[in-house]
Formats: sequence, structure tokens, C-alpha cells
Amino acid sequence: MAGIVRYSSYVPEFRLERGDIAAALGQKAKGARTVAAYDQDTTTLAVEAALSFAPSCRTANSLWFATTAPAYVDKVNATAIHAALQLRSDIAAVDLGTSVRGGATALAAAARDGGLAVLADTRGGHVGGADERGGGDASAAFLFGDDDVAAELVATASVTAEFLDRWRDRSDSGSSVWEERFGEERYLELLEQLLAQLCARGVNPTSVSRFAVASPNGRAVRSANKLLSGWTQTQAADARGLDVLGNVGAAQPGLLLADLLDSADEGDTLLLVSLADGADAIVLRATAKLNAAKSRTLREQLDGGTSISYAQYLVWKGRVQGERPRRPDPDRPSAPYSWRNRDYKLALRGGRCRSCGAVAYPVPAVCHKCREKSFETVSAIGQRARVVTTTVDHLAFSPSPPLVSAVVSFEAGGRIQCELTDVRSAPLVGDEVVPTFRRGATVDGIHNYIWKARPVVADQERGAQ
Amino acid sequence: MAQHSLRDRVAIVAMGCTRFAEHFDVSAEQLAVDVVGETLDGAGMTTDQVDAFWLGTYISGISGMALARPLKVQGKPITRVENMCATGSEALRAAVYAVASGAVDVAMAVGVEKLKDTGYAGLLSPKIQDDGTRVNTSAPANFSFLAPAYKQRYDVSSETFRDAMTHVAWKNHANGALNPRAQFRKAVDKETIARAPVVAGDLGVFDCSGVADGAAAAIVVRAEDAYKYTDTPLFVKALSLVTGSGSGIADEEYDFTTFDEVVSCARTAYEQAGITDPCGQLALAEVHDCFTPTEIVLMEDLGFSKRGEAWSDVLAGKYDRDGDLPVNPDGGLKSFGHPVGASGLRMLFECWLQLRGEAGDRQLDTDGRTMALTQNLGGAPGDCVCFIAIVGTSVSSQSTE
Repeated sequence: MAGIVRYSSYVPEFRLERGDIAAALGQKAKGARTVAAYDQDTTTLAVEAALSFAPSCRTANSLWFATTAPAYVDKVNATAIHAALQLRSDIAAVDLGTSVRGGATALAAAARDGGLAVLADTRGGHVGGADERGGGDASAAFLFGDDDVAAELVATASVTAEFLDRWRDRSDSGSSVWEERFGEERYLELLEQLLAQLCARGVNPTSVSRFAVASPNGRAVRSANKLLSGWTQTQAADARGLDVLGNVGAAQPGLLLADLLDSADEGDTLLLVSLADGADAIVLRATAKLNAAKSRTLREQLDGGTSISYAQYLVWKGRVQGERPRRPDPDRPSAPYSWRNRDYKLALRGGRCRSCGAVAYPVPAVCHKCREKSFETVSAIGQRARVVTTTVDHLAFSPSPPLVSAVVSFEAGGRIQCELTDVRSAPLVGDEVVPTFRRGATVDGIHNYIWKARPVVADQERGAQ
Repeated sequence: MAQHSLRDRVAIVAMGCTRFAEHFDVSAEQLAVDVVGETLDGAGMTTDQVDAFWLGTYISGISGMALARPLKVQGKPITRVENMCATGSEALRAAVYAVASGAVDVAMAVGVEKLKDTGYAGLLSPKIQDDGTRVNTSAPANFSFLAPAYKQRYDVSSETFRDAMTHVAWKNHANGALNPRAQFRKAVDKETIARAPVVAGDLGVFDCSGVADGAAAAIVVRAEDAYKYTDTPLFVKALSLVTGSGSGIADEEYDFTTFDEVVSCARTAYEQAGITDPCGQLALAEVHDCFTPTEIVLMEDLGFSKRGEAWSDVLAGKYDRDGDLPVNPDGGLKSFGHPVGASGLRMLFECWLQLRGEAGDRQLDTDGRTMALTQNLGGAPGDCVCFIAIVGTSVSSQSTE
């Protein structure tokens, strides 16, 4: 029986008060949105989502990456995700264009062949505007397969129609929308067709225990919730569509589905609807294995967070340029060097000496302890590490100074010097950290993907592997 | 296989040193011409009488031609050497070996650095292609790793360790104030030092060495020829270099409270020079105080202080100009400035002045002690090169080599 085997959502550490954004235009707004750190993009967010079950991901038969904000064009972004998660080399890794609908497509595609769907987005818009306030940055990942299924796939359905609800020219920094009521009408028509398909495929409306609707069109979400409440005789899991997070574009269906799964019990039937240039639905039934498949829940991740100012947000997003340090720009990474060292650079692999057991990152030519030359591969991903010594560097180049660095010691041996990120205050010797995939400086358009370490945020991360 | 002492086989017969400063109006070439001229004058020599030259420069020139071109020296062997911040010492080492081997009669070591043409803050490193995984922390950040580790290991409070760091900067600034060649010739009060803007970790602006342009040079000959050139030569008692394998980051036994390279380098140097009680036998030590915690840790690594006690010896004034063992009486990297390729030879220049009674206002009472030590470091904790030289005013009686 095919279905979801493992899943997780990821919410970045930072929050921005919508009121701070609105104030730039002399307006008011309520609540906060999520913000990815200066060193995160959709590629790194995608990796972070799947990190808690990375070892399981090696069963994936395909990788489908959905985002509206790809780090590269021309070049596939899913390959970096594939490398960081150490997926099998004999599978395809695919970016699904740059449309909001890509999120639902990734789920449907991965469901078909036991693939891994990663949905990540960073949503902004015109400065001070509704999209910038209402957007969010987050990600979710779903591994499909036939064994140890946590949520069985009951049915999928799709309908398509061409009309203008929301669009963006590549040169524009924000999207445009037609009158929301126009799109709302179209989406409700499509939803009726979608539900008819589901019925035809044997889905009994009243068997649905919980549902959620993703769409960039807020009115359509509210109307669809109403319609589905009648159809299913139950209420939307979150009628406000994860307003606490902000709308995460192509990742929105993923976060809603993760939230549905987080609170589901064995036997629950879950319906996820996505309304974006068409309509897509996926129906799942929770099995006895769901609890074991859960990672840190979305709601747990929403607690806390670190507030940043609107000015900081604009600098991080490159909308305004901060003062440059009196230090040279970093060099671009060498492509051949990066390729040769890919096991360390992208997958944080090192070597354990077969003679004396000493661990070194990356795999050295010669052991630093006994000078033997034979190593077995070890991976630091998923391990906890402790800070051996640390510093906050106000002189070095960083896209968001100061640069915080530490020497960290992994629980299974080996030490590296790395940057620390998501730190609220100067770290201390002995602090616990975990590896996190981040983007270093971008030079000549090359994004320098590297592993950093971040503070351990919750007990749920203990033994997540 | 063993290293052998060259004790008393080679003598320094002349030295020179420019002022270290932001010489915006002087080129690296002019600094080289000036320092070579000053040094040759001291021995009454011309470039024709020098058989071979070694140029130490970190980022200010490539190949021996960087020295041959400005001097217009023809037909001589000139080599550029580089060993990070120990580059100047590396030039001396090569010159001494050339003389000791018998290959040449007279050799000259020249260290030159022009740091202030970059327009950037702090020190730059030569660019080597990599994959972007190396953390580009600055030099002060790398050395600031010492402070949290040291405080933790020896249970020293942040306030006390701050006081010890402040004392090092205060001492070296006070020493530099008496030195006409120093970059910063101004005493700085302790409160200013302790409250300076933060650069990295616990390090404030006054915990960091001065970024300067400058040059220093030495002429070496066989010991038996020394008195042809001067009545007061210095004899090379020890030359020791240890190049770390860079495993400090990976090695779980390394705890960032010491420089293993310095410990083993000092052991070799003391053995070569016959030193068993450094504090009792050395008149002064010029050490690599690139950042104030470095000087504290070096006091232990060089055997001047017991492990875990350097901070308290520093605070007690043991290394002040009037203390048991004056350390960096010329102001050190802290206030003399740190033109990388010149610094190793600059340290030696202070020994040259002090042991020969020529240090003017800052002349130490050497109390019958006739030897001095220079210790020059390049790299970062856990990943460095260390050079140590010991020089003395007379040939040791038990020297038989």
C-alpha cells in the first residue's frame, strides 16, 4: 500500500511583525510572518525540512522540488538538495518550475513512484504591500513509499483552467493580482469539478475527518473552506490557512498537509486541496505507523522565534544594501574543487581511520593521529556537537555581520571549525549545536552552499535519526 | 637523523630597522633600499660584499627580484621566502644556514612588508582557490579562540582574564612609547584599553597588533669573522622552526589553551642554546604578541610561567620592563606594529640593541644576562608555524661544535 512514509515541516527561526511592514506605508497590520535567515534560500530550506529523516530518504525513487523562488535558473536546484540529503545517484532530481501550483504537483508526482517531495518557498512582494505582509518562508518534505506507510494514499484528483488570478513578470519584484472575487469564482467552479472526481474515485465525503485548503487567493480559501465543511460535514483544520506562518506559496500545501498529519490519529482521513491555476486534491488515511513517522510538529516550531526589524528584513532579502565592511569580498568557490570535495562540502562527510579510529572532516589523505591512509566514511549530519571554543568576528566579511564561528566536536568523534547561525547571543563553550545546511556568500552568481551549525532548539531533535 | 645546534658558529654583525608606520608615502621598494642601506652602513659594507640575500615578504613581492630590482644588485643569488607571520625569521634562518654551511661568507636577511596599500582593515592573506568551505574568520577571531578555552580550563573569570589582556596591551604600549621606531609611541591607560570597541570575541581594538608598513634586516657572517665588522657582534645560539600539521581543529586532545608548535620549538631552541632556566638566563624575550591572549599563552608555552599561571604572572608585572623577564620591551607587535615580513627581524633588532646597550630610553638593566630570545608565530591556534632564535653577546665556553 503506497503512501507517506516520513514527513516533516521546517519553520525558520525569524519572525517579522506585520505591523512593522505596514508602518512603512503608514498603515496597520496584525500578527507576524516567518522569515528565513540571511543564509537560507529555498534550496537550504528544502534540505532542512527533510534533514530529520535524511537516512530514510535513501529509499526515494525520485526527488521533486517545488518553489516559486529558485536560487538558480538554468541550473537545477534539486541536485544540491539531492547531494546534501545523500540520496541515491540512480534517481532523477527535478525542479518543478516557478509556479505556486508546483507544491501540489510535487506531492502528486512523488506519490506516483515512491519519491521525495520537497516544497520550500520564500514569499515577499512589493515593499510594504499585502504580499510582503501576508507571505511567509518555510518548507516541508514528504517521503512516499510502499513500506512502513504512515498515511495511505486514498485518491488524488486534478483539474486545470487558464485565467488570470495572480501573475508576475520576471523583472517585477512582486506579484500582481486581479480582483480577488474573479479568481474566487473560478476556483469554486474548479473545486466542484475536483470533488466530483474524488467521488467518482470512491471518496466518501463524510469519511473525511480533517481538511485544509491552500491557495494564494485568500477569498478562495475562505469560500472553499465553507463549501468543504458542507461536503465533509466537518470543519477546516485551520480556517485561517496557517495565518500564523504567512502564506508560503508553493510550499503552502506542504505545510498544511504537515499540520494535518501532525494532529491526525490512526484511521483519520485527511483531505488537502490546492487552488492555484487549477485545483488539486490528495486524500490520505492515517495508519498505526503515523506516530512513529512524526518529527517536530509545525505548531511546536511556531512557538518562540526571534524577532527582526523590517530594516533587517529588507537587508537580508537584498531589497536594500547594507554598509560593506572594509574587507575584501570573498572569492567564488572553485567548481572543480567543490566537485572533488562534494562529500564534505555538501554532505558533511568525513573519514574514520581504519587503524586508530580518529575521525577527520573531510576525509584526509593521511590520518592526523597515526598517519595511516585508509578511512571509512562517516557523516556528521544528524549528529549533535558541542562548542569547544567560539568567537564573534566583527572584522570578517559576512552577508550579515558579525560572523559567529566555533570549533565544534561531534558526538561520534571528529571536530570542525564552522560558522554558527541562528544564534541569539554569543555562544558559550559546551553549548549543543546541530549541523544545518546554509548558503554562504554569493559571488559571480555562484551560491556557496555550506554546512554551518545552529543551536539545538528542542528535545524533539534528540535522536531524530 | 637529528637536528644539530649551530651554536656560536654564525654571528650577526649589523642590523637595521625602519620606523614601522602607515607609510602611505613610501613604497615597499624604498623601504627595502632604506633598510639595506642602514644595515650595510652599520658594518661599513656595500651590497658588493654581500654574497647572498634572502627576502622575507608575505604579500608585498614575489621572487628574489622583488629585492634585486630596487637595490639594482647584479649577479647575486636572491631568494624570496614566506612562512606566514614568521616570514622575516625564515629569511634569517636561510641566511644563517648559508653561512654555516660554508657556501657563502656574508649573507643578508631582509624583511619587508607593505600592508597599507590595500585599503582594507586588518591583514589579508594570499588568495588560494578553494571550495568555499573554509571559514573566513579574521586573524583576531582565530586568536580569540584562546580566551574562552583558557578561561574555562583554568577557571579564570572573564574579568580577571580581561585584566591580564589589558595589562599586556598597557605594558606594550608603555614600552612602545619609548621607542622612536614604533608605530604607536603613546602610552594608553588601562580603562581605554579595556573599554575599546570589540573586534572579535573578547578582543578589543587595543588587544590587536598594529597594521603597519616597515622593513628590518641583518647581516650574518661566520663567528670567526665577526670582529672584522664590529666589536659587538651577537652570536646565534639557537634557531628552531616547527611547522604545525594543522591538526589542531581535528585533534580532540587539542584544547586551544596552548600552541603545541611553540612548546616543541622552545624545547629544541633551549637545548641548542643550553638554556635550562629561561627566566634566569634570558635578558629579554621578544615574543609574537599578535593579540593579547597570545602573549599570555606564550608565557606558558615558552616555559616562563607555569601552566595556568601566566595570567597572574602578567598581572604581577613579571614581564614588565622592570620585571623578572622583560617581554617585548620595544613595544612588540602591539605598538611597534606588524609588517608581517619584517616582524621576525624587528624582534631580533631589539635584542641587537638591548644586548649591546644601545636601546636608549628603554635600555634594560640586563643584570649580567647575555642572551635574548625572539619567538615568531604564523597561522592560528592549532594550525601554525613557530620560529625561535636565541642570540648572545659572547661565545659560550662549553661550545665545542
